[in-house]
Amino acid sequence: MTGMETLHFEFDGGRVLAPFEPALVGVVASGNLEVLVESAPGAACRVDVDTSARGFGAIWEAVLRDFHARHGIAGVTVSIHDMGATPAVVSLRLDQAMSAVWGAPP
Amino acid sequence: MNSASFAEMSARQRLAAIVDDRSFHEWLPPSDRVTSPHLAQLGVPAAFDDGVAIGRATLSGRAIFVAAQEGEFMGGGVGEVHGAKLVGLLRRALRDRPDAVVLLAESGGVRLHEANAGLIDARAAGIATVMLIGGANGCFGGMGIVARCADTVVMSDIARHAMSGPEVIESSNGAGEFDSRDRALVWRTTGGKHRWLTGDCDVLVEDDPAAFRAAAIAALDVHRPMTLAALQQESMLLQWRTAIAGEGADAIELWTLLGVADARAVPDLDAAAVRVLRPAAVAPLANGGA
Repeated sequence: MTGMETLHFEFDGGRVLAPFEPALVGVVASGNLEVLVESAPGAACRVDVDTSARGFGAIWEAVLRDFHARHGIAGVTVSIHDMGATPAVVSLRLDQAMSAVWGAPP
Repeated sequence: MNSASFAEMSARQRLAAIVDDRSFHEWLPPSDRVTSPHLAQLGVPAAFDDGVAIGRATLSGRAIFVAAQEGEFMGGGVGEVHGAKLVGLLRRALRDRPDAVVLLAESGGVRLHEANAGLIDARAAGIATVMLIGGANGCFGGMGIVARCADTVVMSDIARHAMSGPEVIESSNGAGEFDSRDRALVWRTTGGKHRWLTGDCDVLVEDDPAAFRAAAIAALDVHRPMTLAALQQESMLLQWRTAIAGEGADAIELWTLLGVADARAVPDLDAAAVRVLRPAAVAPLANGGA
């Protein structure tokens, strides 16, 4: 059976965000993904990815590194459920998730 | 958002558009990660909410309970967790008496493969999985799929087993395709003898509880490991069966093509007489063929 691939990344640096409400954007559907951003203790930006498309670890790392450089955030866990979204869609969803974090009601 | 389309919104966007602004309080929110325990083994990522958001809200100031199904995730299919969330919402409504329960529904129905996954899990763990099919209503729909995932399928000659039921086929394809009131046709197309002769059923018994019990006991130690080779062999046999059946072959014609002698007499025979008629070629489809 073709399993999913599970990837973990951790990025250091950036400013630690004050606690915020979890934010969810996107949907688990073909070519799409859902992104859940949550407050986390510590000063890291941790990203967990479940993806149905195997073998794209290097591309995930590049896209997520770019995301981290763009937002410079820490004290955050990002959880992703992906069904073969393109890197551009992933970047858009990540930015959308951060917009939801900033815009989330207290 | 004046020109927004409800159809094109996600479940959560719909929720936000329908209930009073920011009044939605979600139960089991995505961050709780109450997700499907079955999808990972099928190679499908779970959704943090299993495809449905449930909670309370106000609608024009009135208290409501609300659920929104996400049609993009598994076609809105109701999985185990998804279904439990809906049931929980409705039970809580009985207790808390909101003014209304509002369901933003978008669903293709029940997520059949989750039930299958549970059965396949048990089978893969070396636990014998046995289907006894002998009730008057037959075994159709999702349970029809579940049956074919088991190690052993036991049927009586009056039992029926198929994916779509006769009435469903007739209503979608017309009586010309399948006349659900033609009992002889229904039984020779879905009945135990047909399933036995074509290899879909592993043990054919009379409509007798003692016979079912004996078959169940015999099946306790029957294991069909789900290896790639076994699945490929089954796939090849099914392709062969489809190929020789051709377009619109009646069951009797199919039995003849499979090598059953005097197929026309089959409907009048009892189970014991039919048991010896199964062609050797289809036996590998069933474990009882040896």
